[in-house]
Amino acid sequence: MTWTDDGPLRSVRYVTATINRGSATAPVSPPTPGKPVHTAPPGKLGSSNGKKAVMAVTGAIMVLYLVAHVVGNLKIFYGADTFNEYAHWLRTVGEPAVPPRTVLTIVEIVLSVSVLLHMWSAISLARRARRARPVKYAARRKSQASGYAVRTMRYGGVIILLFLIWHLLDLTFGAVNPAGAEGLPYDRIVQGFAAGRWPVTVFYVVALVMLGLHLRHGMWSAFQTLGLAHGRGYRPLKVTAAAVAVVLVLGFLSVPLAVTFGVVK
Amino acid sequence: MKLTLEVWRQNGPADRGRMVTYQVEDVSPDMSFLEMLDVLNERLILNGEEPIAFDHDCREGICGMCGMVINGVAHGEQRATTTCQLHMRHFEDGETVTIEPWRAAPFPVVKDLVVDRSAFDRIIQAGGFISVPAGSAPDAHAVPVRKDDADAAFDAATCIGCGACVAACPNGSASLFTAAKITHLGLLPQGQPERDARAKAMVEQMDVEGFGGCTNTGECTAVCPKGIPLDTIARMNRDYLKAR
Ligand code: HEM
Ligand code: SF4
Ligand code: FES
Repeated sequence: MTWTDDGPLRSVRYVTATINRGSATAPVSPPTPGKPVHTAPPGKLGSSNGKKAVMAVTGAIMVLYLVAHVVGNLKIFYGADTFNEYAHWLRTVGEPAVPPRTVLTIVEIVLSVSVLLHMWSAISLARRARRARPVKYAARRKSQASGYAVRTMRYGGVIILLFLIWHLLDLTFGAVNPAGAEGLPYDRIVQGFAAGRWPVTVFYVVALVMLGLHLRHGMWSAFQTLGLAHGRGYRPLKVTAAAVAVVLVLGFLSVPLAVTFGVVK
Repeated sequence: MKLTLEVWRQNGPADRGRMVTYQVEDVSPDMSFLEMLDVLNERLILNGEEPIAFDHDCREGICGMCGMVINGVAHGEQRATTTCQLHMRHFEDGETVTIEPWRAAPFPVVKDLVVDRSAFDRIIQAGGFISVPAGSAPDAHAVPVRKDDADAAFDAATCIGCGACVAACPNGSASLFTAAKITHLGLLPQGQPERDARAKAMVEQMDVEGFGGCTNTGECTAVCPKGIPLDTIARMNRDYLKAR
């Protein structure tokens, strides 16, 4: 292929590519003036598609964790002893084959890495998207695809992150919990969501609804990103994602609401 | 019909550009959107003003040149329709209509509503082809193709490269366009030898050009005049992740 410079035309430089098959001569303008024609390709994980795949895989890991987490939470309805025993079991599972807290530590590390990678790809893709549209539309763009959940992904993700930080300080480390770090797991929950602390419950409700929206889009989107969605599969996929999101959110909400309204004491 | 138009005017790539208001009278509901602009341009020329520059060629929905964002929607709100095929009967008398060019960093404005879509050409150059000694056309039944594959490949091949998908995407992503080309070639036997290399090269060229990433919003397929489906993007992702 040969490149000839046709000089300035409407102040854009045009380049003609003559492909060595003889017949094709097409005017092709080089990328934005000043930008080299060949920027090195980003490589698999550095590409937008690669980053999106990282987001999908880490998102999937977190969803699997959430399923296990909600099942564990529901044990609170079996009473203080069952719940505290379960919490103790989490720390001792695998013993004596492995030292205490081994399994829990592995889960914590995998989750921390997932959260960080998920956020890294979310932030870098959001920045790339902003750069891709430097001039905004004057008319208010009307969404042509249904999808409220889609528009909440980025700021919803930030709310989920803030929630995650509070949640860890509250129930994992006990730092902002009335029962404190020494309190039994059951007491932390009952005192943490006591009716008098209703703002905490409200925050949990808001954040969990955001999580539900995030997952309603995220769970089918992950299949699409990993290339696992097919023509006729979209409806069932989206319906399943919505259903799983609703079940997860209701499951998580049941505990703080039950405490605040005095069902669990 | 009488319309108020708010049109993006920009003298050249270096100009800042602005929205300018025009009144157009005697618009027939049977006119196409481009004919309505022709009427306005004729008046502007008679008044010694600069006509509004817009791209167009076939005016029958097959060349993909006539892209513009009408009332905030690429090619206007009428589904599966290019601007040249959009008729004024879909607008109301007295309506205010905003007209803007495609907005994306890789599609710089050349003038008014005309943008440079060469970034698409470079994505095609990166891998949107099959390498065969062309010679004379082979017999149609020389290489059998499954009917389903032939249909799906043909549907994908109807992409006219208009760029509406980029214009509509909140991330400025070119995924639908690129996926249409990857699907069209990747479904056919002739496209198999270069399938991996094609997916890798074309997907990475999107990044090089500065398009955004896909977040599966579906805005692209909703405005696509050819209704290219979202599962072409799933296919592109699959081919890209599999490619070495
Ligand atoms: C820590 C804060 C979080 C942020 C900032 C965040 C942000 C995002 C963003 C921006 C996306 C892409 C949106 C799109 O594809 O349209 C996304 C996708 C996703 N997120 Fe999150 N998220 C967070 C937490 C979570 C959590 C806790 C989970 C799971 C429980 C999760 C699961 C997912 C899934 C499954 C996807 C879909 C991936 C894909 O589209 O391929 N995210 N997230
Ligand atoms: S995929 Fe549709 S909207 Fe995008 S360039 Fe092709 S025809 Fe236009
Ligand atoms: S002018 Fe060719 S598609 Fe509209």
